Amino acid sequence: MIELDVSLKAGTFKLDVAFQNGDGITALFGHSGSGKSLTLSLIAGLMRPDRGTIRLDEHVLADVEHRIFVAPHRRRIGVVFQDSYLFPHMTVGQNLRFGRWFAPREERTISFDAVVDTLGIGALLPRHPAKLSGGERQRVAIGRALLCCPRLLLFDEPFAALDMERKLEILPLIEQLRDEFAVPIVYVSHAIEEVARLANWIVVLEAGRVKTSGSPAEVLGLIGGETADTRFGRVSVLTMKAGGVNREYDLTRLIHPSGTIWLAGQKWPAGKQVRVVIKATDVVLSVLPPRELSVRSSLSGQIGSVVSEGQLALVEIDLDGGGRLSASITRHAFDELRLAPGARVIALIKTCAIDERYTAVTPSGPYIHDC
Amino acid sequence: MSDLTPAEWTAILLSLRIATAATIASLPFGILVAYALARWHFPGKMLLNGAVHLPLVMPPVVTGFLLLSLLGRRGLLGDYLADIGIVLSFRWTGAAVACAVMGFPLMVRAMRLSFESIDRHLEKAARTLGANPVWVFFLVTLPLAIPGIAVGAILCFGKALGEFGATITFVSNIPGETQTIASAIYTYTQIPGGDASAMRLTAVSIAISLVALLASEIVQQWAEKRFASSG
Repeated sequence: MIELDVSLKAGTFKLDVAFQNGDGITALFGHSGSGKSLTLSLIAGLMRPDRGTIRLDEHVLADVEHRIFVAPHRRRIGVVFQDSYLFPHMTVGQNLRFGRWFAPREERTISFDAVVDTLGIGALLPRHPAKLSGGERQRVAIGRALLCCPRLLLFDEPFAALDMERKLEILPLIEQLRDEFAVPIVYVSHAIEEVARLANWIVVLEAGRVKTSGSPAEVLGLIGGETADTRFGRVSVLTMKAGGVNREYDLTRLIHPSGTIWLAGQKWPAGKQVRVVIKATDVVLSVLPPRELSVRSSLSGQIGSVVSEGQLALVEIDLDGGGRLSASITRHAFDELRLAPGARVIALIKTCAIDERYTAVTPSGPYIHDC
Repeated sequence: MSDLTPAEWTAILLSLRIATAATIASLPFGILVAYALARWHFPGKMLLNGAVHLPLVMPPVVTGFLLLSLLGRRGLLGDYLADIGIVLSFRWTGAAVACAVMGFPLMVRAMRLSFESIDRHLEKAARTLGANPVWVFFLVTLPLAIPGIAVGAILCFGKALGEFGATITFVSNIPGETQTIASAIYTYTQIPGGDASAMRLTAVSIAISLVALLASEIVQQWAEKRFASSG
């Protein structure tokens, strides 16, 4: 577990953060310039804090007051950067073995072959990095960091330079790494879907400070939504149970005490806990049960709170049986339907609007509070 | 080439020996100074940079004279060096020192550029993978700088081959000991009937220079191909 409480002044930017991670994947979420990468540099030891302490399990990595600063090469913290930074003068195989060579023999618990297999990079071993595609390079970079057998793995927006398709190829690999090799991960990102899919704990940074932290369901529902600029960023994260597939129409059914959501494709076997990300702008509110409508996914609940501003009303719905869903509608519609906190509504969601590729089986961990 | 006289051969081989010795001996210092100038911040950095580049802009005769005053038999350090058995004045080793000093700025320039062009993130990545700064230097920085180091060495070698002013001032022009191709050509142009010899040595000199330039070109192309993309 990483535990930090540090400050750093870099130019005019002031970073002052304190948080600790849990098991599995912890996401550092925030807009660019919020201090995410700087925080990662501090954890890795690539920068020195002006004040405070950093601890990893029982090891003190930095303690300004007691003049302790462990050099980055002694921290045993792997980093995957935005660019892969593979060594161009070495083959992929040599790159992968680079860190392993420095790891104490008795701590080399992660097997070379297992990592190469999981990442699917066996065929690349004799090649040079210059000859690899962006996605391949990033996989090698992940393998290289992992093969140091680190105590903690840091990901600094590892997919920022990749296109959507490559990203969706590698995301499941990270989940696999988390489950197979049991290395705690701190993951920096400003992509809400990525974070919603991977993380079991989220720390939100804003202007160099921790704004809030919690499970994805708790935290992501609090980000943005009120204005034209932010309404597309507002999402809800729901944990639902897979309830079988419809083979004829190639759909997966997800069940929640408040209703059902249909997912495109036969994605998840029955019984799995699945996390779904729903954008507030994709939710339609209805007072009566819908009839003669194409929408097949609906959840019922009670309006908890409303933020009205300008032309928009951001409605928070407490779903029956727990969980919260945000809906972004116009203030006009809100008033015409005579909605108010406490009113019962049915939330309709288009199946086609839900990106099934960002759904994920819920990682088991101590931080799952929802449902 | 078969009609080169023994005296001409002597000058050619001596030139190659002096240039090789000058290059090899200054290589470690060149790497160190180039790395320091590229990476470190220290008081007197400007001074060091100036001192290294001085031979490039000073008249070579001045450099030679300074070497003579400093390392000559009656020089400030010459006495001390003679006591421990090192005599440089009027020896081929002295010529090598003069050539090294003259070639050093060119060597450091190329190497410094090479060190400066290395992506520091690669070194940071190596640190996080467990390599201490010394390992990072030898496993990452130095191998990546090799193209620049090679080019610097070749430039130094080329400069050493052509060096005349500083060498003749410091160690004179003794056939078989300090008479390089350059000073031999000078000598031949001063004596009647020496033109043919001067011309032959000129041809040899051009040939060697071309080979050196070609080598530097090949190294650069190889490096470009190898390190095409470091992302």
